[in-house]
Amino acid sequence: MNALRRNVLKGAAGAGTVAVAVAAGLLKPTQALAAWNKAAFDAKNVGDVLKGLGAASPADTRDVTIKAPDIAENGAVVPVEVTSNIDGTTSIAIIAEKNGTPLVGNYNLAGGATGFISTRIKMGQTSLVRAVVNAGGKSYTTAKEVKVTIGGCGG
Amino acid sequence: MAEPMRIRATMAGDVADVKVLMNHPMETGLRKDAKTGQLVPAHYIQEVSATINGAAVLNAEIGGGVSKNPYLGFKVKGAKAGDKVVVSWSDNKGDKNSAEATIA
Amino acid sequence: MKKQTIARLLAGAVGLGIALGAATAQATPESDRQAFIKHYTSKYPNIKVEDYVYGALAFEEDSKAQYDAIMEFPPFEAQVEKGRKMWETPFKNGKTYASCLPNGGKQIAGNYPMFDEAKGKVVTLEGAINDCRVANGEEAYKISDKNTLGVLTAYMRTLSDGMLMNIKADTPKAMAAYEDGKKTFFSRKGQLNFACSSCHVQNAGVRLRSELISPAVGHAVHWPVFRGGDNLVTLQNRYTGCFRQVRAVPPAEGSETMNNLEYFHSSLSNGLPLKASVFRK
Repeated sequence: MNALRRNVLKGAAGAGTVAVAVAAGLLKPTQALAAWNKAAFDAKNVGDVLKGLGAASPADTRDVTIKAPDIAENGAVVPVEVTSNIDGTTSIAIIAEKNGTPLVGNYNLAGGATGFISTRIKMGQTSLVRAVVNAGGKSYTTAKEVKVTIGGCGG
Repeated sequence: MAEPMRIRATMAGDVADVKVLMNHPMETGLRKDAKTGQLVPAHYIQEVSATINGAAVLNAEIGGGVSKNPYLGFKVKGAKAGDKVVVSWSDNKGDKNSAEATIA
Repeated sequence: MKKQTIARLLAGAVGLGIALGAATAQATPESDRQAFIKHYTSKYPNIKVEDYVYGALAFEEDSKAQYDAIMEFPPFEAQVEKGRKMWETPFKNGKTYASCLPNGGKQIAGNYPMFDEAKGKVVTLEGAINDCRVANGEEAYKISDKNTLGVLTAYMRTLSDGMLMNIKADTPKAMAAYEDGKKTFFSRKGQLNFACSSCHVQNAGVRLRSELISPAVGHAVHWPVFRGGDNLVTLQNRYTGCFRQVRAVPPAEGSETMNNLEYFHSSLSNGLPLKASVFRK
């Protein structure tokens, strides 16, 4: 059980190291990845993630809802759904605040895509899951706590 | 990485409900192999894009924080049954995959 | 806190263990099953018996919602697909699993484990698949090998989705195997001195530290499970885990003790629909 937890923690922390390896020339990213927001994905804390996303001080909102468990069944696979009811939502970012590299994903919407994203994320420990929404050039945020426990009977 | 991606796209009212399951290890690079004790090299999807009838509807950047065999669900207003959905991804090693489905 | 929980477990086990033990002295599998259900339903009148197939998830909405979200597009589909390819690949002699197993292998999983009178022992579904291989000149798979027999069985069980569990023990020899499995289920073992029943009868629906404990009825219908999304675990793998959790030495998977336990344990789910494969934490 502890091994699992360690792995999950490492898993959560890993993305940053990869990027360092990329920067050091140990890994060769392809041209196609030029647009990937390395600064935001490498960031080790929520503040830096927000800066990387260009949303340094998003406004709290009740118009964005996060559907995520109160207690995660398994930190390796936590279902998260974000719904933005703000008109003109152009992007939704999902952040697991206490992960080693907190940014999970940034989803840019276009052509009729509604303010909705559903995915499954890794969480190393109990923390807030935060959604950051861009709409009309402004950013909005809301968060929900998800508890992560270790072990599990699986029965 | 020949594992196929799966897409389900159905209409719910005037909104297309698109669900995608990608097959990918999403290795962050710091997990150790239980048997060898060696680090498993980083290998995760970085970009996912989706089009409906050729028009972009979603362009996502993701990191190692997304679970193994990533699931992605999104909704598109104004799409209709019969429209073609194409979803593509590329990962940090330059691997790519793409799949298409017809909205039911 | 931990001590209290264990003390409560032990206290509960004594009272109920005796009650069930006494009631089952001349029991049939059906009367046993009824006694289990009566016990659970009197303790949890608001939980439907058909929801027992969800195990501990039946007791907690938050957990069940995650199960539903993950089952919507399960991350283990590629593994089941691998099992399908194995299932469809003919043996070297050109025959297939479908031609070897009853009814082409469809809608039969609920009959297993089955007591084979000719062999005088319980045959699990995994055992039947292996028998099929051997009869066609192939080597038997290792019973606990997840990458071969595990994924193959995971696919094969999908061919029985919705079938109602239908375990029979209607001959003296079959009843002896059933009783042996029941004895394993109710016997205390390990350094913690727990029986299977200590948790899954007396304390079903109760929290043991962070874990909600599932009822034994409904346990057997949905294996293998994919824990954490992609880690295949067979029912007997899970028994091994249970033995270890109570600090007992597990019998070998595929041994007569394990097979008889699976036989008894599966019959408790008689009448409940099969579902392969499912997510568990």
